[in-house]
Amino acid sequence: MSNYDRSMALTGQPPVSLSTNQKLATLVGMFGLAVLLLAAFNINFPNKTLWLTIALSSIFSGTIWFAWDAYLDKAPGIKNDGVWFKSISSRGLWGWVAGIALTGFYIVLYFFPEYLGLVKDGDNKGVIALFDPLSKALSGNPASQWFVYGTLYTVAILAFGIKFLWKYRHNKYERIRTMSVMFFQTAFAFIIPELMARLNGSSVLNGGSLPYYDLKNIWPLNYYNFEGYRIKSFVSSGDIGLALLLFGIASIFIITPILTYRFGKRWYCSWVCGCGGLAETVGDPFRQLSDKSQFAWKVERWVVHSVVVFVTLMTTAVIYSYLGNDTSKYWLTKPSFLIGVATLLTAVFVWAMVFKRNQLQKDAKYGAVGYFVIIMSLVAFHFLSGEGQVFLFKSETLRKTYSFLIGSIFSGVIGTGFYPIFGNRVWCRFGCPMAAILGFQQRLFSKFRITTNGGQCISCGNCSTYCEMGIDVRAYAQKGENIVRSSCVGCGICSAVCPRGVLKLENGPLEGRIDSNQVLLGNDVDLMKLVNQK
Amino acid sequence: MEHVVIIGNGIAGVSAARHIRKLSDKRITLISAETDYFFSRTALMYVYMGHMKFEHTQPYENWFWKKNNINLLNAFVTNVDVENKILKIANSTDVSYDKLIIATGSKPNKFGWPGQDLKGVQGLYSKQDLDNLEEYAPNKEVCKRAVIVGGGLIGIELAEMLRSRDIPVTFLVRESSFWNGVLPDGESTMINEHILEHHIDLRLSTNLKAIIDDGNGKVKSILIEETGEELPCDFVGLTAGVTPNINFLEDSTIETGKGVKVNRLLETSCNDIYAIGDCAEQRQPIGNRRPVEAVWYTGRMMGETVAQTICGNPTEYKPGHWFNSAKFLDIEYQTYGWVFGKKGRPEYEAQFHWRHPNEKVCITLSFHKESRQFLGINTFGIRMRHEIFDRWLTQSKDVDYVLSHLADANFDPEFYKKYETSIVAKYNSDFQKNLKSRKKSIKRIFQFN
Repeated sequence: MSNYDRSMALTGQPPVSLSTNQKLATLVGMFGLAVLLLAAFNINFPNKTLWLTIALSSIFSGTIWFAWDAYLDKAPGIKNDGVWFKSISSRGLWGWVAGIALTGFYIVLYFFPEYLGLVKDGDNKGVIALFDPLSKALSGNPASQWFVYGTLYTVAILAFGIKFLWKYRHNKYERIRTMSVMFFQTAFAFIIPELMARLNGSSVLNGGSLPYYDLKNIWPLNYYNFEGYRIKSFVSSGDIGLALLLFGIASIFIITPILTYRFGKRWYCSWVCGCGGLAETVGDPFRQLSDKSQFAWKVERWVVHSVVVFVTLMTTAVIYSYLGNDTSKYWLTKPSFLIGVATLLTAVFVWAMVFKRNQLQKDAKYGAVGYFVIIMSLVAFHFLSGEGQVFLFKSETLRKTYSFLIGSIFSGVIGTGFYPIFGNRVWCRFGCPMAAILGFQQRLFSKFRITTNGGQCISCGNCSTYCEMGIDVRAYAQKGENIVRSSCVGCGICSAVCPRGVLKLENGPLEGRIDSNQVLLGNDVDLMKLVNQK
Repeated sequence: MEHVVIIGNGIAGVSAARHIRKLSDKRITLISAETDYFFSRTALMYVYMGHMKFEHTQPYENWFWKKNNINLLNAFVTNVDVENKILKIANSTDVSYDKLIIATGSKPNKFGWPGQDLKGVQGLYSKQDLDNLEEYAPNKEVCKRAVIVGGGLIGIELAEMLRSRDIPVTFLVRESSFWNGVLPDGESTMINEHILEHHIDLRLSTNLKAIIDDGNGKVKSILIEETGEELPCDFVGLTAGVTPNINFLEDSTIETGKGVKVNRLLETSCNDIYAIGDCAEQRQPIGNRRPVEAVWYTGRMMGETVAQTICGNPTEYKPGHWFNSAKFLDIEYQTYGWVFGKKGRPEYEAQFHWRHPNEKVCITLSFHKESRQFLGINTFGIRMRHEIFDRWLTQSKDVDYVLSHLADANFDPEFYKKYETSIVAKYNSDFQKNLKSRKKSIKRIFQFN
């Protein structure tokens, strides 16, 4: 095939080669990382505030210097030259090195935080200690591994966000969307929760203390939001705590359906969500690595919907386990809670089957299986569970299993660690239960679609190649069909890379949104009638 | 069972095969000597530029053909025995057919230039052309300069490709301005400027005289007709249009002209033989269309049409309103209806041109001088909605209606800058009108009343 030089040298041929500026920028960024790495190996830096500032600003400025040199002397437009020649972005050696390094980082972060210097009782050491001054300045508390991670995560989204803004400076949709994810990460995921921690114990909260709460992090992505200890803290924190708890419930049951109806799930997945924010900025160079095969699509539907079933059961079990049986103590009891969950699920199921059956076709039976499994499990909860345990397990076991398998391994180690191998949306596509629920709404009840522009498609495949969710966009576009897929996060890149102006993300009327007829324009109308005869 | 054989697995042949399969369970064989599987020819440039791998240009996964019982044969047809309904295959056994569809596409034009068959001299059409390009112009060390001959859509794509690897490019264009046989002056001028912005050495009104051999059968330099200048180069791209690829029919009784002659049913002069796509030549041109149309969309449309005819539902090829699109480096181009360049412009056609003062964005509308009926639009840097223009052309809207409702037709991504007000203001001042630009209406766009 292409006998383009794939050597590892950074001094290769254009468009792969690095300029002098880019080499220096890489050095600066690497220096910042090296400082953190040395700290992790317990090199004690004398002035922590100074060295942390140096490390973070080196990483930040190295990244944007690199991007500045890569894009700013070029005309605005699509910048994908050499993507499949570069080792880092085409699963070459650098891609694997980066993948293994990231995966290693996540394993240490989730399972061995003591190697980062976390000390349970006493002063932190290592790289976590380096972050203590910043953490104390924000929340008043010493840093944890999660604070280190959150800071790096935010720096990464901001630096690579600026890179993305320059890369797509001709595309206003991309620019506004990226500024949105940068804002939500910095304010909602990073600063606000840290500041909220300062309120703990104060009279505003009636002396109670709020759990760490990223307000845009909605159940079931935030699968632990309704666990006993969090409910206790919410309830103990006066009106504010109660308001936050209600907001958490409203987020998934009221706010989310309304926004998804109006804008599609993009309002969350590619505009607000932190996982999406990282995928769209740091992960952007890897979007083309997602698997577009029909087989991958089948796997996706099974896996992601199984996670939804899992998280629903797990959450139900957890809440069930801390509720009582006595209505006189609290209105919500074990049996009434189970009945409530069952009623809600039945309502959704019946609605989908009755009103949307012609759009569901063969998927309906899978939906029915999932629904049946949940209902049966709920019944089993009721009859087979004792105190502190549901069914055969302790609810705690179920929760820990979910947290380990889905919360840590799937979303962290595989979801982000494998960016350079499987693409940047592995978690969002195969694992995120929130994305699956929003996707269900998007597919069945939303104004959002990607409109195909008549007969202009030339089947080139740029849209499919650069779809991070692995949607074969071209398969629809070349038939003149609109793209209405539950997995679409609305990043808009298919529309951006299309050389013929075929694709447009838009919110329009529900009627005619999903038209499975071939509507190729250009041909005579009579012929299209024939083509569409079934 | 009837055996339908299709020669050529490009968009025309594959569309025919897919639609015949939808309509029938006939035996289908798709023959190609180019590649095993269908790929999108228009995407070859992205493979060279590293945007995609070759497999990404294949719209269907490899299992698709077997699943749909479409037989693929990698073979080269050397002759058609019309009498006995047999195809002669190079180095292999004959293939017999009941119905034959010729969909062999085009080949790059060569106008008898001395040295045109040297190594390092080629067009850009086939997978093999891409492979050869990788051999003769893999980087700027091996290829110190490339010369492109012919200022059309493929020429500018080839220039963009070579520039992505930093290879210096000289672009010889016969016309006095880029593609001005097709584009009106304002647009052509804007593209000239954009070509220079990309550091391409654009030579207008310049012809190729000869390509010089380095003594080993490879190109060493070229000579320019007008100045006699000798320009050293390692690669020459011949992109002065294409011509139907029908040499293998020379000894057959099938009537050919420039391409394979067909009637509106896409039937050739011989029974049970059809021709579609680039290689077909209409006996009577349809509307303003050329008899041979080497365009992706028409190939697809002819494939859909011939499938109906072959499956017992004789259907004339009736393309609707003309449309096309392209991308000139960073500038997207779309056209709906007819807008002519200076050459061949009908005397009844008047034009309105608007260009943004500093961005590379412009449009040209054409309309009938007397009736003021809207005839067509070219847009550069603005995407337009195909469906809307198709509707307006069918409804014979006048130019005032189109301009005041331009917002309905806009297909740019959300939040993009809108130009309608500025366009209408220019129109008002050009033609002493007092139009107002109307707001985009979802009701009108999706036809809700």
